[in-house]
Order: sequence, then C-alpha cells, then structure tokens
Amino acid sequence: MDVVAGLAVPLLRENVDTDQIIPAQFLRILTKNGLGRYLFYRWRYDQDGKPTPGFVLNDERFRKATVLLALKNFGIGSSRENAVWALTDYGIKAVIAPSFGDIFYENAVKNGLVCIRIDEKLIQQIGKEAEAGGLTVRINIKEQSLSYGSQSIHYTMEPSVRRRLMSGEDEIENTIKYENKIMAYEQRMKKFYQIDRKRLLYE
Amino acid sequence: MGKVYKRFTESVNMATTIIEKIWKEHELAVDDDGRSLIYIDRHLTHEVTSPVAFEDLRIRGRKLRRPDLTVAVMDHNVPTGPREEPIRDELSYKQMQALYKNSEDFGTILLDYYSPFQGIIHIIGPELGLTLPGMTLAAGDSHTSTHGALGALAFGIGTSEVEHVFATQTLWLKKPKTMEIKVSGSFGRGVYSKDLALFLIGQLGTGGGIGHILEYTGETIRSMTPDERMTLCNLSTEAGARSSIISPDDKIFNYVRGRAFAPEEDDFNEAVEYWKTLASDPNATYDKSYSFDVSGLKPMVTWGTNPSMVVPVTGSIPSPDQFEASRRPGIEAALKYMGLTPGQVITDIKVDRVFIGSCTNSRLSDLTIAARVVKGRKVSKSVRAMVVPGSQYVKRNAERKGLHSIFLEAGFEWRNAGCSMCIGMNEDQLLPSERAASTTNRNFENRQGPGGRTHLVSPAMAAAAAIEGHFVDITQWDMPEAI
Repeated sequence: MDVVAGLAVPLLRENVDTDQIIPAQFLRILTKNGLGRYLFYRWRYDQDGKPTPGFVLNDERFRKATVLLALKNFGIGSSRENAVWALTDYGIKAVIAPSFGDIFYENAVKNGLVCIRIDEKLIQQIGKEAEAGGLTVRINIKEQSLSYGSQSIHYTMEPSVRRRLMSGEDEIENTIKYENKIMAYEQRMKKFYQIDRKRLLYE
Repeated sequence: MGKVYKRFTESVNMATTIIEKIWKEHELAVDDDGRSLIYIDRHLTHEVTSPVAFEDLRIRGRKLRRPDLTVAVMDHNVPTGPREEPIRDELSYKQMQALYKNSEDFGTILLDYYSPFQGIIHIIGPELGLTLPGMTLAAGDSHTSTHGALGALAFGIGTSEVEHVFATQTLWLKKPKTMEIKVSGSFGRGVYSKDLALFLIGQLGTGGGIGHILEYTGETIRSMTPDERMTLCNLSTEAGARSSIISPDDKIFNYVRGRAFAPEEDDFNEAVEYWKTLASDPNATYDKSYSFDVSGLKPMVTWGTNPSMVVPVTGSIPSPDQFEASRRPGIEAALKYMGLTPGQVITDIKVDRVFIGSCTNSRLSDLTIAARVVKGRKVSKSVRAMVVPGSQYVKRNAERKGLHSIFLEAGFEWRNAGCSMCIGMNEDQLLPSERAASTTNRNFENRQGPGGRTHLVSPAMAAAAAIEGHFVDITQWDMPEAI
C-alpha cells in the first residue's frame, strides 16, 4: 500500500477514547469481522438505536468518508484492538490527528490503518475545508506527503511504521527468523522466572 | 553456595535507569528501523482480548511458543453474583468457553471462573507471584502498567501483539522515552495513592505520557506500600503512558516472598541479590523529569469524562472560561454529559451508586480502608453500593478479617471477583444518568453503562459517599485507626 485517498470527515474532538470508538458491550465476540456497525455506537445512535441527528457520520455528506480527522490523543484508553477493527470494517482507511494513544497506534499499524500525526492548527484548517463535504485527502505513504484541495504538505512517520504499512508484512513470519536469538535468551533466562506448574495443584 | 545471577549487560558503565537495565537484558535484536525485539518473560491473557489471537494461531497452524509462561484468567466479562448460578449472558459464556478450549488446546495455565485464585488479571499477577521484579510482562489490557509497581517492565498490548507473543514470546518495540516523576512529602490523613495518581493525571493530561515509560521515584514513593504503588502504576496509562515502573526495594522483596509462584528459599535469595542490581542508579538521567510534593494534597474527585478532569474535594466544578479556547468545546461537552454546572461545590454532588472494585482499588488494603469508613454506619437510602473484591483470594482474606460483615451490615452488596462495573461488560452497570462514586480508572462517557456518570475517587471517598449520599471530605471523617 503506497497511497490512501478518500473523502475526509471532521470529528474535531480531543481525547476520543477507545470506549467511544467501540463500547465494551461489543467486545463479547470471537471474530473481528463486522464491527463497523458498532463504530462510535453511543454517539451514532440514541438509546433507542436510532441514528443521532447531528453526529457527523450520520450526515449524508460524509456517508462515504474514509479519512477521519480528529484532535489530540485519539485512541487513548483501553487496549481493545476492536477499536481499529471497527474503524477499518466501517471503511476508514486513515486517521489524521495531532497525537494517538500508544497502544491504539500500534494496533492500527498491525491492521493497515494509516495514522498520520500532524499539527493541530493544520487539522483545524483541513477540518474547516472538509466540513462542507466533498474534500478528498490523499496520503502518499511512500513520499510521506498529504494533499487536499490545492495544498500539499509533508509529514513524518516512524520508518518502521512506513515500511510495515507499505509492505503489509506478516510480522510473526519476520520474527521467526530471529529464532536463534530467542533460543539464546531462553537458555540464559533466569530460572526463577519459570512457572512451577505443579504448585497449582497444591493451592 | 547459591548461584549468582548477573545482568547479561552488566558491563555498561554509565548511570542507567531500571528501564534501560531491564530493556537491555531482554533486547534480542535491533532492526534496521531501530526497533528492538524484546523477550517477554510473562504473558497474562484473558477471555476478551485473546479469542481472535488464538483463532489466528489455529488458522495459520502456529503453536503457542511458551504456554508454560502464559497464564490465562477469566475476569472482564464474568458475572460477580454467586458462582453456582448459571451464566446468563450468552456472549460472555461463549468467550469463557473459548478460553477453556484455547487453554486446553494450546496448553496455557488457566485460572477459570470457578478457580479459588480467579481474579482481575492485574490483581492476581502480583498476588500469586506471577509478576516478579526485573521481568518483562505483557497483557492484552491497558492497565498492565500496574505490574511496574513490583519493578517489572510491563506493557499493555492489543490482540495482534497478543498473537505475536503467543507465537514468538517476543514483542517489537520502539524504545520509549523515559519520564521521571519524583514525589516528595507525606500524605495527609485521608489522602491516598489514588489521590496522588489523579492529581498527576490532572497535571500531565491524558496524553502527557504518550511515547514514554514513567518511573516514579522519591521519598514518598519509597514510603508507599506495594499495594499503594500498584494503584499509582495502574493509573499511569490514564496519563497516556503504556508502561510505568518503580525500582524494587525491600518492601517489594518482602511482598513477593512466599507467594504461590514466587521463587523459594535459595532461589529466592539469589533472585533478591539480582533484583537489587536493577534499581535506577542515583545519577541516571531521563528524557523528562517532573517533581511533585504531596504535602497539602487533598482527596481528589473527577468531574468530567476523562481522568485528567479532576479537582480537590474542597473545590467546585470549573467553568469552561477557565480553560484555553481550544479546550472549551470538550469541557462544555463533558459538563453536559455529566449533568453538572460550573461553580457547583463538589460536596453538594449527590450520588446514586457506589462501586468499590477494579484493578485500581480492590486489594485487601483498599477494602480495609473502605471498611474503616463504613464500620457501624449505614448506606444512604438513596444509594446502591457494591464491593467487588479484586480476586477470590482477596475476598477470602477479607472475609477472614470480617470485612464482609461490616459491608453487608451497612447495606453494601458483597460480590465475587471480576472487572465488573469498571468496564460494564457484565450486568453490573449504571443506568442512564445514574451518578456513581467509583474507585475505578476511567470516567469515559458510557464506560460504566450507557448514559452513566462516573466520578473517580479513592476507596475511602467512595465509602463515605455511600454513607452520606453525596461526596464528603474524608479528611474530616471520624473513623477507627484499625478494625
């Protein structure tokens, strides 16, 4: 994946925690498919399950949005990867925010959800243009550039994140190549970190 | 003659932090992009964030590399009523069944719903001696930062990372920046670790610790009990830090001694000698350092929809005007959600529910403090109050001390262990617009039930709110020193 492009939707709130992205009620699942319907569930639907008027994802103009604009600390809180699965299943391909929760950010990379960190003022500016609907944002991961309207800006990204987003590699497959190193550690691992399973029987 | 364990990387001459020492000890490789491959000595897993990871292993025909270092527990969705009752929630039941099957198929140790040692993942780790100083630990839960209180380097991880640890017993991690939080001064009467944690989150903000591992240092931290340290480290994640740690000392070594899975006799003594080498060196430097003094700290109460929105109990609800313009919409939305108005005095706020529990504040010491507050009193008629011990082991010990009688006589519910109303995945939930004093860690919108309103407080503050039906300044409360 080198380029992600799509309609931008402004959700210009700070501290959008993963409980808001997907409530705990919807974590009682055995597979990761089909979670898009629960995305921002409590904001998107009222207590009777009807769409909340005024919530941006219920707005006809943003029905096909794939690039989410948010303010600082997006994805803080719970480690639930379901938050990323809900976003991607809904169709979100990229989130642009000034900062992200650490665990959310890593979960996103693992699922190919592109998270771009840019300055808050710039997000406010893009958000303003996006508000009317119809603004396409294009992210070139390879070039680390983001363009919208007639503007184009450069952003920076961790080299490992960029590489993984572009290659979509199976990370476990990659790690297995380090078998020698893993085994070497296991040979020198402190004995007292092993669990004596027999003790379970005595407890 | 006992074995002398040395750090693999002992030749490093510079003053270093415990974070760097444990990191180096577990760093197997560094890739071209500067990420480190870190070995994980202990993996704790639970029924909610593991099923997709296990299923993926199965699909790809992979094994769990070290089932003997992996401990599974049922905590997040389990009912907290009598264990002999059937599990009514079908979806929760399915997740629990999946964990039985997965533990059996892949060979992990399982502390199931009916185990006498079942409990919240971050309570049972330290309690059973599964968490030890100097180890690396991972768990599919953000409050894994708790385990740093014992001097372990612990990371909360998502389900894909859970799968990575299952398959390889390692994680790829970019070395985080270090942040020292140095704390001095003594806690006043009625002021606890929870109040310090909430105060710090208020200072740092919800994102202040992003990209960092926090290390708590200073005389106040040294004076704190292991339980108090766990409460503090538990809440580091609410300041955005994925991990936090405290250099272990004699208090921790004594805590660990004799626990079910802790090393014994010579092994223990050898371990302690090793653990003593891990403490941060006096001249170690950090990417950031902050100092705080707890003298004069008051009991804290959150008023908003994230834990950084917090004021002392003697304070009042702030006005959006007090914040910079860019933050005002968020403040206004929080006040609206919480049904509060600027200027409202905290002690005038009435509560409908009180919850004492969660990985933050459900250890025996927390329940003991709450029982001291409650003893000989009655829960307000307008309040429904519950105590959910962090583990069945905590529950048994509390019952040995007679704490359950104090709670039950006062009108509290006395339940079985689980995450319960902290996360609202089982039937323990707030009703819309119900207001709770809660000893938990998140006051996010809808966290404890759709439309529910959460105020985070210490166990003592929650207990007093249950009695009076509104917040009270616990420092003025008359309670026995011991029970």
